[in-house]
Amino acid sequence: MTETLSAPAPLGSPPAHEVLLDVRDMKTHFKVLDGIVPAVDGVSFSLGRGQTLGIVGESGSGKSVTALTIMRLLDIPPAVIGAESEVWFDGREILHMPLDSMRRIRGKDMAMIFQEPLTSLNPVLSIGEQIGEQVRLHLKVSRHEARDRSIESLRSVGIPSPEARIKQFPHEMSGGMRQRVMIAMALSCEPKLLIADEPTTALDVTIQAQILELLKVIQQRTGSALLLITHDLGVVAEMVDHVVVMYAGQVVEQGTANEVMLEPKAPYTMGLLESIPTAEKRGGRLSVIKGVVPSPFHLPPACRFEPRCPYAWDLCHEVAPELYPVVGSGSGRRARCHLHQAAGESRRVAALELHADAMRVGRGLKEDPA
Amino acid sequence: MTAETPQSISPAGAPLLHVKGLKKHFPIHGGILKRQVATVYAVDGVDFDVFPGEVFSLVGESGCGKTTLGRSVLRLTEPTAGEVQFDGTDIIGLPVDELRRLRRQMQIIFQDPFGSLNPRMPISDIIGEGLLAQGLTDRKARDKKVEDALETVGLRREYTRRYPHEFSGGQRQRIGVARALALEPKFIVCDEPVSALDVSIQSQVLNLLLDLRRDFNLTYLFISHNLSVIQYFSDRVGVMYLGKIMEVGTVDDLYRNARHPYTIALLSAIPDPDPRRRQKRLVLKGDVPSPVAPPPGCRFSTRCWLREQLGNPERCTTEEPELRVISTGHRVACHFEDRITATTVADRVAAQSVIDTAIAAPV
Amino acid sequence: MSDVFSNEPGIEAERLRRAEEAGEDYEVGLESLSQWQLAWRKFRHHRLALIGLGIIATLIVVAIAGPILMPFDFATIPVPDKIVYQGSPPSLAHPMGETGGLQRDVLELVVNGSRTSLFIGFSSMFIGVTIGTIVGSIAGYVGGFLDNLLMRIVDVMLSLPILFVILVAGRFFGNGSVVLIVVIFGLFSWMGVSRLVRSQFLSIRESEFVEAARAVGVRDRRIIFRHILPNAFSPIVVVASLIVAGNIIGEAFVSFLGFGVSPTTPTWGNILSNALTFIPLGNWWWPMFPGLAIILTVLAVNFIGDGLRDALDPRSRA
Repeated sequence: MTETLSAPAPLGSPPAHEVLLDVRDMKTHFKVLDGIVPAVDGVSFSLGRGQTLGIVGESGSGKSVTALTIMRLLDIPPAVIGAESEVWFDGREILHMPLDSMRRIRGKDMAMIFQEPLTSLNPVLSIGEQIGEQVRLHLKVSRHEARDRSIESLRSVGIPSPEARIKQFPHEMSGGMRQRVMIAMALSCEPKLLIADEPTTALDVTIQAQILELLKVIQQRTGSALLLITHDLGVVAEMVDHVVVMYAGQVVEQGTANEVMLEPKAPYTMGLLESIPTAEKRGGRLSVIKGVVPSPFHLPPACRFEPRCPYAWDLCHEVAPELYPVVGSGSGRRARCHLHQAAGESRRVAALELHADAMRVGRGLKEDPA
Repeated sequence: MTAETPQSISPAGAPLLHVKGLKKHFPIHGGILKRQVATVYAVDGVDFDVFPGEVFSLVGESGCGKTTLGRSVLRLTEPTAGEVQFDGTDIIGLPVDELRRLRRQMQIIFQDPFGSLNPRMPISDIIGEGLLAQGLTDRKARDKKVEDALETVGLRREYTRRYPHEFSGGQRQRIGVARALALEPKFIVCDEPVSALDVSIQSQVLNLLLDLRRDFNLTYLFISHNLSVIQYFSDRVGVMYLGKIMEVGTVDDLYRNARHPYTIALLSAIPDPDPRRRQKRLVLKGDVPSPVAPPPGCRFSTRCWLREQLGNPERCTTEEPELRVISTGHRVACHFEDRITATTVADRVAAQSVIDTAIAAPV
Repeated sequence: MSDVFSNEPGIEAERLRRAEEAGEDYEVGLESLSQWQLAWRKFRHHRLALIGLGIIATLIVVAIAGPILMPFDFATIPVPDKIVYQGSPPSLAHPMGETGGLQRDVLELVVNGSRTSLFIGFSSMFIGVTIGTIVGSIAGYVGGFLDNLLMRIVDVMLSLPILFVILVAGRFFGNGSVVLIVVIFGLFSWMGVSRLVRSQFLSIRESEFVEAARAVGVRDRRIIFRHILPNAFSPIVVVASLIVAGNIIGEAFVSFLGFGVSPTTPTWGNILSNALTFIPLGNWWWPMFPGLAIILTVLAVNFIGDGLRDALDPRSRA
């Protein structure tokens, strides 16, 4: 496992070659009547070529806005992008490049799958026309070649008799089939990065299984990197190697999937994992994260999770925590919590022990997962 | 924390809700003359009982009819055929006035915390409306009860003059619970009550529902597509597919010893948040067929992996399997349930292609 | 009944725990705003709509106060000694000039006309919206045969050449009375509203909050008046504003053709109509000011409609 997740490069200069996507201090704010919504507020992460990264968070965490900002799909205004924010993709800074250049990257080197395929496919164009259009735009091939390529990409996502299917329109297909078409379209130009924003949230559980398995196989086959955005901890655990957990516009924890899901270090992640209903918790109460996600107009003064945090103390109300390296872990492992500073040492030990206890009960494990 | 486990309740004695042969068909009208051109077989002959104090869950994918079923047992939509008895009273033939009185005892909590509260009504009216409809015309007494109900679901008494948009999703769902609770019902249909909520809020609402059940001796009909939530929350579960119950049993029956090929596939499809448990899953082919034209014979036959493995026996497409008892309280609607072993499942998982899953087998 | 929500200590502790779990207020510190207050907040940010509202408010004040300050009574107004063909252009004494012929003050005419024109626009809108809401509600709530019947009537009404019908009706019952014009316009402006209300009923009837109300035993009447209509109100308001604009133009048009309100009661339309023969004489001020008044009113009403559409749209939360 590489450590590219945290590979630091000086601002304004490209990251190392093996880093495909490097997001640095991304700030996306929205100006609305009531004030400013800091939807994404200083988010940094990176993704290596061919790797998989999951961004997990609840509604309002900023995970989808992060993806849309990378794709440059937000309207400016109301969105305001931080002047110092940088997104490096394949050696080029894309956040502030002219939109024309971005359009050449988007759909070709960087493609996106959305939650609701029905609204992201054009209802009056046949499937073949939609995929073909994109292929011809980016690859400058003949109409005939584009058609062959469309058929091929449909076949690769398991759509039977694609020669006939390319004449169909989106409304003639089922939800699962449409999501396959979206994937085929995204993959038609062999992108280096595939961004999937809640690709299975609108689907039934058996169709979700189909699409997830398909995505896994295809990602491995094509070698494109995958940025998966989801609220579902189960999907993350199954699909990706690295995880970034977001809360109220900030990254609160990052690490490998195993690290984050088995040994979470930020109280928010700990609480999330503890609250998942399992068979072993039957008959008892679920542990909960109390309260609600703060309104973006009234964010807590320091740590944004502090009002809901069971481990919070005075410091958490006074000083905003940084994304501290986690003691005793690799350099890609970080948590935004004062527990991971020297000042929080004794509290950290107690908190992690409490969490481990809760998880042992919840997972029905006799021994410590480590 | 007391753990009088929900599981300890055994289905004995008279059921609180008895459903037999329930059908709900929706006509589709078309053409200029608005003639009926087709029928949606949303619920197509369902039997089950819910016993006092238990949580009976219905699980299934969209279009399986679970929501329609929940509405039909409350007569929020009029069933096409069948029997529904609540506490010994046949509610299908009940005159409107008596049905209204009975509504005190049977309530419903909805999925959408935004759509289920009238945006133009203050909380006091939303919760108090049922009391008013049930004849509590004294404003003061009503307000008192509204405030009590709010407090019972963990909200502040002062919120009564506020409007729904001032609350977050989880809080709105609590308001929806308070609305149902204000009438002091015995029985509540919970229609996907946590599906629209964030993970961190889901557990709050589940806790609340379990607390209320214990405190007020409630019986729940819990409808959900989330198998993990159902496993945690229920005593008994019915698995629905295309308007029919495919398998019904206790949580242990279903989650430890599922006997219907569909249940097995459903369980295999749950993504597990523990990365160490990553495993190859059994992937079903195709989508759920349209309830307008359910497949002949067994409704699951078009997507059934077991049928494929057994060399497509004819019986699956000619004869509709009955929901038959295989052990006490555990019933399965499958002709070949006895052919399922650990190896059949493992063989299938090993042999399947995860790419060619887009369409189901031809009938 | 009260024992269910009893205050036993054990239950009290439970309750506290639940309150603790539920957490604090969503928007702590935000004052409690009703839907209408929120809508007004959004409306305020729509500059054109605010200007429109200002114009309409001013016109209404003029329409109410104007005729009192400068009354116009056709019967008692003195006929000038000599009839001139040429009116006089705007001056200090007559800011909008004087008409030819009877040498009326154009300002006086426009001010008095505003009362009639606005009265016709708004009253006919009220009639249309009332009929449309009733018809649409019945069709949408009852459904079935009645729905079919009512909607076919709407289709027939919509296929009538309205202007022609109004002209004929005006001639047939014709005495040029304002009330008649109001009634005719009212009777011909409900169809759009009824279709809109019907579709609102059909969708709101299926909403979960209506289902919830039925589940607790709420009766049909209350469901219609407390649940469906208030939620159908915003699109009705938007359409109503457009009807006002349409009917003011319509009245002007009909009066211009001489089939509307009799010239003894000035409206913007019949002032224009009277000016017609004097336009070749170069009396531009005579038709211009009532014309401007019409344009200004219709624009203002449309701006307000636009603002309302944005402000009342629940999807635009910002």
